[in-house]
Amino acid sequence: MSKNRIFIPLDSAAVALGADEVAERIAIEATSRGLEVAIVRTGSRGMHWLEPLIEVEVDGKRIGYGPVSEDEVAGLLDTGLFEGGDHDTTIGVVEEHPFMLDQQRLIFSRCGVTDPLSFDDYVGNGGLDGLKAAIAADERSIVDAIKTSGLRGRGGAGFPAGIKWDTVQGATADQKYIVCNADEGDSGTFADRMIMEGDPFLLIEGMVIAGLGVGATKGYIYLRSEYPIAARVLNEAIEVAKENRLLGDEVLGSGKAFDLTVFVGAGAYICGEETSLLESLEGKRGLVRAKPPLPALEGLFGKPTLVHNVLSLCSVPWILANGGEAYAAYGQGSSKGTLSFQLAGNIKQGGLFETAFGVTLDDLVNKYGGGTLSGRPFKAVQIGGPLGAYLPQELLHLPMDYEVMAQHCAGVGHGGIVVFDDQADLMAQARYAFEFCAEESCGKCTPCRVGAVRGEEVMDKIAAGENHDENMVLLEDLCELMVDGSLCAMGGMTPIPVTSAIKHFPDDFAPRHAREAAE
Amino acid sequence: MEKIIEEALSGHVGETGGLITGLRHVQERCGFVPRDTVRIAADLFNISQAEVRGVISFYADFRDEKPGENHIRLCVAEACQSVGSRQIERELTDKYSIAMGETSASGEVTIEPVFCLGLCSCAPAAEVNGKLISRASAKRITNEVGG
Repeated sequence: MSKNRIFIPLDSAAVALGADEVAERIAIEATSRGLEVAIVRTGSRGMHWLEPLIEVEVDGKRIGYGPVSEDEVAGLLDTGLFEGGDHDTTIGVVEEHPFMLDQQRLIFSRCGVTDPLSFDDYVGNGGLDGLKAAIAADERSIVDAIKTSGLRGRGGAGFPAGIKWDTVQGATADQKYIVCNADEGDSGTFADRMIMEGDPFLLIEGMVIAGLGVGATKGYIYLRSEYPIAARVLNEAIEVAKENRLLGDEVLGSGKAFDLTVFVGAGAYICGEETSLLESLEGKRGLVRAKPPLPALEGLFGKPTLVHNVLSLCSVPWILANGGEAYAAYGQGSSKGTLSFQLAGNIKQGGLFETAFGVTLDDLVNKYGGGTLSGRPFKAVQIGGPLGAYLPQELLHLPMDYEVMAQHCAGVGHGGIVVFDDQADLMAQARYAFEFCAEESCGKCTPCRVGAVRGEEVMDKIAAGENHDENMVLLEDLCELMVDGSLCAMGGMTPIPVTSAIKHFPDDFAPRHAREAAE
Repeated sequence: MEKIIEEALSGHVGETGGLITGLRHVQERCGFVPRDTVRIAADLFNISQAEVRGVISFYADFRDEKPGENHIRLCVAEACQSVGSRQIERELTDKYSIAMGETSASGEVTIEPVFCLGLCSCAPAAEVNGKLISRASAKRITNEVGG
């Protein structure tokens, strides 16, 4: 009799909801029934409200059960789990779930499906197609494919990737580097973590292709310390990649070398800023560097360095395998390809939803996200992390598109969407933006270091009803100064959540007596 | 102690970002970064004590004193705020009579804020003694401490 295979995520979100305990219980219960079971730990499908979501394969289709608690395991086995038996927790064929059907999973196609550490699984499901195409092409055509794809940096800034690649490729140096920014510190974002835990070879392949394209032989993944599971999976995957010559002196017989190391940070949000990250990777305080020089010309140890976010690099294999035009066919305007939207905060169906740019906020929050978790009326979304804008109900019709969002003083950012219900106080959220900046500022430039603290103080005065109107003017002035005078996006974008909150939720900033009267 | 610190650091001299990796290993072995580390690391890495101190003080992960027997990290970022992390913070700091970032007088518990554990789709999130918890409540967290 062949072993019964059961798929259980090792993803942090699933583990935090009890996946390890469920896996353990399944092993125990199966043994006591004399059943042979092979437990495969996978990434997550991204339907986190159903985690732990366990799957079995029946007639070539994956049937899902979730959320499964430890106590339900025995009952599940009694109803014939391995035959896809009916149970309260069954969601049917996973791929046919409405949340999955509407997605366009170019990047996350294997995540939650395959064993993240099985090289055979990877190659058997489209892995290495991009790298093989890259090896067959010359450096110029690799960079051209990236340019044609219209890929923009997925870390938040949305800078055209092709321009960066061009710059690094054109630089002459004895050593160039590929640095992956895996310091995913923005609240409301977890796509990088999911792909690193669920399909690590994809990131490795993307970095190797980048190395071939720009002429770099050494790569670093700068990973935040808050992601220990991702660290373990990546390090194991790198060992497997070396055994299979995806990494090493001669990558897949190409004659080109590429070596890769995971570096774990030490708890500093600012290290997600690329120059701060490079300082940190050099073992120093993560102080932001002034630009120019651009890291593309003078980056790690002063050498030309391609710094990219995890998902930017994870998009590369698909682009090389299918061509830049095919990628650019997804999306709209100058927002090409797909984005892995992260539905977070007070949302009923939280998780990851990958689809082409152009999807509306309303669809993401209500159609796929199912509205608020609390069941209370919606109040706001914050898009793109702690430095992103708060938007109201009236703007939910907007499509996720870099230019459209910019017209509304907002950004797509990393695609993280945090939902708040009517109990949220946007003045408190605006104050928090300053508090966070004060905590995480590297301290190098004054507008950010001092501005954040002054912001907290002014917000406190406004909250206390002290010279309300004058302090509101002062607050606006401070925001303007931080935007214009800060060295990097930390101080430069902290005013965005503040000014967007004031603009769209003025009632929350009204003088205290008016607010109390309204209540 | 001196020997442990030296052992934890010495393997990382010359490595990219070696000082930070070395300091992490010191903390893993000692539970915190002892004061002597500054001098020992400066000697080993051939940099000034000021630079070592600068690195230790810059990164939130590095502690200069031993944490409590139980280590709670509560996410205090926006996604967790949207589903009540501020309330959990109040309940926990009340229960143990400490502020965030402090250790209880008995040495039983240290509570630290953390800015995002990447569990924002199933917030609020916390970590107790290395174990991740989603859909956290003050009760679930204290149960974990008790157990």
